[in-house]
Amino acid sequence: MSERQEVRKTYKLLINGAFPRSESGRSYEVTSKKGTFLANVAQGSRKDVRDAVVAARSAQAKWWAQSAYNRGQVIYRLAEMAESRRDELAEHVALAEGRSAKDAQTRVSRSIDRIVWYAGWTDKIAQVLGSSNPVAGPFFNFSVPVPSGVVGVVAAQDSSLEGFVNAVFAPIAVGNTVVVIASELRPTPSILLGEMTATADFPAGVLNIVTGYTGEIAPTLAAHEDVDGLDLGGVANGFADELATSAAASIKRVLRAHEYDATSLRGLRAFVETSTVWHTIGQ
Amino acid sequence: MSTAPLRLVTSDERSVQLPSRTRLPVVESEAQLRALLASLSGVDAVGAEARAAKLATRSLKKSTKLAALDLAISMVDLTTLEGADTPGRITSLCVKAIRPDPRDANVPSVAAVCVYPDLVAHARSVLGSSRVKVAAVATAFPSGRAMLNVKLLDVREAVAAGADEIDMVIDRGAFLSGRVGQVLDEILAVKEVCGSTHLKVILETGELMTYDNVRRASWIAMLGGADFIKTSTGKVTVSSTLPAALVMLEAVRDFAETTGQLVGVKVAGGIRSAKDALRYLVVVNETVGAAWLTPDRFRFGASSLLNDLLMQRLKQRRGAYVRPDEFSGD
Amino acid sequence: MSEDLTHSPLGSLAYDPAPESASIAHLRASYGLFIDGEFTDPVAHEQFTSLNPANEEPLASVAQASSADVDRAVVAARRAYDNVWSKTTGAERSKYLFRIARLIQERSRELAVVETLDNGKPIRESRDVDIPLAAAHFFYYAGWADKLDFAGFGPNPQPLGVAGQIIPWNFPLLMAAWKLAPALAAGNTCVLKPAETTPLSALVLAEILQQADLPPGVVNIVTGDGSTGAALVDHPGVDKIAFTGSTEVGRMIQQRVASSHKHLTLELGGKGANIVFEDAPVDEMIEGIIDGIFFNQGHVCCAGSRLLVQESVADEVLRRLLRRVDQLRVGDPLDKNTDVGAINSAPQLARIKELTAYGEAEGATRYTSSCALPDKGYWFAPTVFADVAQSHRIAREEIFGPVLSVLTFRTPEEAVAKANNSNYGLACGVWSEKGSRTLWVAERLRAGVIWANTYNRFDPTSPFGGVRESGFGREGGRHGLEAYLNV
Repeated sequence: MSERQEVRKTYKLLINGAFPRSESGRSYEVTSKKGTFLANVAQGSRKDVRDAVVAARSAQAKWWAQSAYNRGQVIYRLAEMAESRRDELAEHVALAEGRSAKDAQTRVSRSIDRIVWYAGWTDKIAQVLGSSNPVAGPFFNFSVPVPSGVVGVVAAQDSSLEGFVNAVFAPIAVGNTVVVIASELRPTPSILLGEMTATADFPAGVLNIVTGYTGEIAPTLAAHEDVDGLDLGGVANGFADELATSAAASIKRVLRAHEYDATSLRGLRAFVETSTVWHTIGQ
Repeated sequence: MSTAPLRLVTSDERSVQLPSRTRLPVVESEAQLRALLASLSGVDAVGAEARAAKLATRSLKKSTKLAALDLAISMVDLTTLEGADTPGRITSLCVKAIRPDPRDANVPSVAAVCVYPDLVAHARSVLGSSRVKVAAVATAFPSGRAMLNVKLLDVREAVAAGADEIDMVIDRGAFLSGRVGQVLDEILAVKEVCGSTHLKVILETGELMTYDNVRRASWIAMLGGADFIKTSTGKVTVSSTLPAALVMLEAVRDFAETTGQLVGVKVAGGIRSAKDALRYLVVVNETVGAAWLTPDRFRFGASSLLNDLLMQRLKQRRGAYVRPDEFSGD
Repeated sequence: MSEDLTHSPLGSLAYDPAPESASIAHLRASYGLFIDGEFTDPVAHEQFTSLNPANEEPLASVAQASSADVDRAVVAARRAYDNVWSKTTGAERSKYLFRIARLIQERSRELAVVETLDNGKPIRESRDVDIPLAAAHFFYYAGWADKLDFAGFGPNPQPLGVAGQIIPWNFPLLMAAWKLAPALAAGNTCVLKPAETTPLSALVLAEILQQADLPPGVVNIVTGDGSTGAALVDHPGVDKIAFTGSTEVGRMIQQRVASSHKHLTLELGGKGANIVFEDAPVDEMIEGIIDGIFFNQGHVCCAGSRLLVQESVADEVLRRLLRRVDQLRVGDPLDKNTDVGAINSAPQLARIKELTAYGEAEGATRYTSSCALPDKGYWFAPTVFADVAQSHRIAREEIFGPVLSVLTFRTPEEAVAKANNSNYGLACGVWSEKGSRTLWVAERLRAGVIWANTYNRFDPTSPFGGVRESGFGREGGRHGLEAYLNV
């Protein structure tokens, strides 16, 4: 009797709710930390980045128009999905990052809890960052945080899941849509999570994942004029300077590498604008 | 303590009350028209949508549902408005309009077939002596972008070809740029050409954008002599919606209470399921009441809706869901 | 137009009954007290019956908790606080609350039917308002449990300990959610006392807490009458009392805890003014008045029970209002098309009848819906009093029923003065298309909540609560956490 052969999976991009191969037809080999073959992953091109930005832009107004409660439910639903597939995630984290099974499980747990944390922020961020302003005059004046719009993220290279979760769901929670360039060497955990968004009621285009060579496609994202914010968390300093300079041409919000922890709102504040309304008060 | 009898709300008080004599407001200048429109109450969009959504939760069961399905069938303007329409297709449509379910003579005929003007004569000949009316879209439907004399000729030819009803479009461009007098004049001109032919005035609510505009346009159309006001052409992205229809029905109610004239409402575009149709009937029932629950004052402009109404009707009788192929495609 | 047509009756398409099935409720014959994670018999083995107010038939037998039972519950809550809950991180508390929210969603239909059977409210409301809002409340506060540092009360805010929570019968499950969700998120343990006439949905919630694996003792539910509530208020092991109910009982509670260390929040009665200016969006305003007073049979502390109409439009508003009132479908609460259900209890019905009789005696003009009322059960037809004066009892006292008093005013100043001429200060409505005037009025109204061009809106993110004799403390929003934090 012949041995059963496993069915192997092709890891593809996530653009506008669909999972296409790269338009370039290219892929690249991803290995485990130990160097064994893991998968061929789509090698995204500049045009894939362009398509992803178009998708993110067209999704943004609708995502923001959904009630904050609803956005929270969608993100929480992703945590439910991730919990039910946690072993698969942990396996990939272990292989990609070269960690023990236990260590990988811990990281998956933290990642899922982190998604839950962001889910809770959707309907609270305005209560923390917003204000009623006692202007001197007969005016009702209040300020509310609104999303910057489309945020480009270059995800952490080493922290294949946790880093990705933090960089991506902070801007999404406050109403942005995201185009993320996944970790070049360790993309599979983030691709898995991306697949889960498809079963978590995420509207198409809210999260778009492009895999490939960071050095090749990040400049396109940084320079893209229809991108409103840029998180360079996954880029080494010298290259980050270059990308940040490029982003300056279209006056993007830029977030440089920083530590994420539960005591900081930095990721949530990075890509919000403050909108202030004045209204007269009189008989 | 006194025990005075309860003063119950009377049957008149619970109805839409009409004055005994017709009295139209005097509108002899654009300024007067503007003043009249400005005097109309605003529509709070949140409240209007909430009201429509609440009415949409009404649950029609058993005999109510059967009666409502038959009523809805009798209110359909069975419509085909495609460049590819052929006399053969119109023939098929007319046969179906007269007898929607060939196996069940108890199913009422629909109210009308609705076609482009060049197919009116053919439809008229197929319908013969049946009570099904022929409605023609005219006035450079659906955009309304033509010279007035062209629009009037369009109407005149359709009437001459035997149309019982004309579905005209208002000049949305003029309305949105504030030339309300022009909109009214055009409707009056079309009405004059129509004579005794019934006039339905399409507001294209999806292009008017605000409910305030829907209410004002409704009044302009009614002042212009519309027998019906109609939501949409079905040719733009946003067609009939329940809240827009609610606002129009409120306008019709207020117009009736002010003038004594009862204007009908036609909803068109995007109404494909029996469930949708019944929701509209509920809104009619609870906004304007019995006098409008007739094909003389409420219509559905639709094509695929009829088959779903027939399917639901059959389902209610058979107790099982039926195949779409039970009924003809056209 | 046909010549004889002088009116068009509304609602002539008579809707056949469309009842939700009562069997969906899956009620047990008898319920014990939910203490330390389990249903237990009361020490004295006393039970009472919860009735369906729509037909006066018994629904289930419910335990009457004595002070000994309350003591067991408080001890369990204290133990759970000391040993488990105070050591549970915010992130873990958060996930328990999310779980509870999800379970409420999953059992929403059952909960809606239970609520309607026990309370008498229309199934449309329990299905579309009470239950979804209860779930939303748990969702919202779930998200706060791991974010308390950001809530604006300084770093590392601490819980109070054991919270005793007494809730009313008008929104049984929703009020349980309003009490439990913020308390648990902030890290407290709870002893909840549902209303005597509506204990059942809280007991289904107890089952849900079991399904959610909430540690035993974190939430305890003791059913009973006023004596149970009094035992909870008086128990020395309780750190916090949160009460929603009548001003009369609230006053008594405040007196009883006045000389103790106990923290207190009160959400009490109201006599909400719904102020209508002549430029109001008329159709939506009429709906808003209807929602304001007939939602939940008017059993709403923030009900818009006083309608203040600008004199220039008063006749027109009254005419349209009466037409709409008469359209309300009163009857079987389980019928999906019912707008107004049963009065919750015989004593409440007696109180409504007493106060409305005063309305007539004092000279107001009474209009009553011509709707037919069922023979059995507790029913009161929607009622509007016109020509009401500020001094009338029906303009001053909370009726807590489907009864609206209509008064008029001429200027914004006068509207504000009349609206504020009340010992209560819970909620008001303002209807106008003119934003600056709405804000001018809102600024001057002495009320905890002001709705503009809407009424009876609730959201977990929005603080709710009153001033003056409507109580103090807020539920909902970031502010709602304050009631359960030692800050």
